[in-house]
Amino acid sequence: MKGKKSINYVKSEYIGRTLSTFCGILIVLVTLAIIVFICEKGIQSFLQSNISIGEMLTSTKWSPNNKEYGALVFILGSMLVSIGAVIISAPIGIAIAIFNNYISPKFGSTVLRPVLELLVGVPSVVYGLLGVTILVPLLRDNFGGVGFSLIAGIIVLSVMILPTIASIADDAIRSVAPEYLEASYGLGSTRWQAISRVIIPSAKTGILTGIVLGLARAFGEALAVQMVIGNTVKLPESLYSPTATLTGILTMDMSNTLNGTAWNNALWTLAMILLLISFVFILIIRAIGKRGAHQ
Amino acid sequence: MRNKNARTVNNIWTGIFYAIAALVVALLVYLVVEIIAKGWGFWDPNFLFGKPSNTMAGGGIGPQLFNSFYMLVLTLIISIPLGLGAGIYLAEYAKQGRFLNFVRLCIETMASLPSIVVGLFGLLIFVTFSGWGYTLIGGALVITILNLPGLTRVCESAIASVPASVKEASLGLGATKWQTIVKVVIPSAIQQIITGVILTAGRIFGEAAALIYTAGLTTPMLNSNADLTSPVNPFNIFRPAETLAVHIWKLNSEGIVPDARLIATKSAAILIIMVLLFNIVARLVAKLLDSYFKGSTKMKKRKDVKSAA
Repeated sequence: MKGKKSINYVKSEYIGRTLSTFCGILIVLVTLAIIVFICEKGIQSFLQSNISIGEMLTSTKWSPNNKEYGALVFILGSMLVSIGAVIISAPIGIAIAIFNNYISPKFGSTVLRPVLELLVGVPSVVYGLLGVTILVPLLRDNFGGVGFSLIAGIIVLSVMILPTIASIADDAIRSVAPEYLEASYGLGSTRWQAISRVIIPSAKTGILTGIVLGLARAFGEALAVQMVIGNTVKLPESLYSPTATLTGILTMDMSNTLNGTAWNNALWTLAMILLLISFVFILIIRAIGKRGAHQ
Repeated sequence: MRNKNARTVNNIWTGIFYAIAALVVALLVYLVVEIIAKGWGFWDPNFLFGKPSNTMAGGGIGPQLFNSFYMLVLTLIISIPLGLGAGIYLAEYAKQGRFLNFVRLCIETMASLPSIVVGLFGLLIFVTFSGWGYTLIGGALVITILNLPGLTRVCESAIASVPASVKEASLGLGATKWQTIVKVVIPSAIQQIITGVILTAGRIFGEAAALIYTAGLTTPMLNSNADLTSPVNPFNIFRPAETLAVHIWKLNSEGIVPDARLIATKSAAILIIMVLLFNIVARLVAKLLDSYFKGSTKMKKRKDVKSAA
């Protein structure tokens, strides 16, 4: 009798628990595998091809045919384009979050939130294509040059990360206790005074998390940026000149190179840099969250 | 005087908020209208199901469209069980502590990995190391990695939102934890899970960056009469498969067909329509399931009994 019960127990509990635990562990394993494999390939340019780390991070000369592997243009290009996108997107995203919660919650929940959900779903190639067919000609006609430029990348990315920032800021502002608003109104403040001096400071942690996530998303976006930024390996002289990003060079060049060559190894190192920077973003978000919890 | 000033400032800011909200709605409408207008005529069956042409205008996107759907189905078959399992583990079995914290860190890391990096990981493992070359299954596995964190979160929060009283009732009747999860918890959480899966499906459909180096940029001439192991059989999962989203990128960067731009915009119109459809379907399904579950009186009665006690 006892034996039968334990067999039943194995069937009705143990197998299921094992399977679901395996799924949880699988996520850990895959994440670790990605980090290990990309880094193992990434350090080959220093071990196998004798490229110096210093040269790679500080030189702007990228010319694999002459054995020059300076990646500074790509790193700076990625940074400029994603920071630019956040500068445009963050104020708009926060404004939308405030609008949804305090200005017109009805319009917010019936129109604005669904609109943002749709914007999240639009594939990045479609954003890229829109950039090429609408934005680039527009820039070329109004500001001269080729149109493929840093500012084109910034604008396309700012549209892409807007829903991320807006929805996280929205959640953060919604979780501010209504008593705060009431107390502020009770002291005679106007709605704007309450929002700017009470609501936004108390939702600061969540809003910051949204901004960093937006930054991370912009940094890792590949095709949409690659399609509009021009991909010339030089530092941009102005907003209207073309440049290149880490993701862009990886998208274009990886298939042109043979496994094991210095050029190929250098590209894997760029992938490793991309991975490490996205890891830094996660750590920043965690630090923000912890600081918020302590307050 | 100061009071009046504050009120004016308040009104100005209210105006600004309304302007920004209107701007964002206008932006979406403009983008959707622009794409559909530029890709007008995308429903032509010769275009939708026709064979692509490498040199002449007038080619179709039949194989690419098929690949996109097949990739979507394959990915869902792989990722739903994994996401659900991980969600169950996190919501029901994992114990608070260091390991759980580490699992969460891994999920966050995975969720924020740039898709091109995941694609390159796929190139290492599913293309080079396994010796498969560019394959459908490699692409599906890579998109699974990209969407697993999102699916896991959806499943976890859906399962965690099931009221504890429902679980306790089942456990009290002598069911094991797993039986409770399968027979009670998941059916009550199914509405949220299905909505989440459909929204994820929209994202799978539009993914391109991760597929360039895993599923490839080409499709063999498909022939459904061929043997399943042959690379020209559409259902062979070990064949290269260019999806619609990848096709748009390829046409834009290296398209030599005279009407490359037109094919790209038409394909983009189809992608946008699919995303709209997935969104609408997700909402409809959520509403239907909601009324279905609320229509049954079982839950209500249970609540009444509890409050009476």
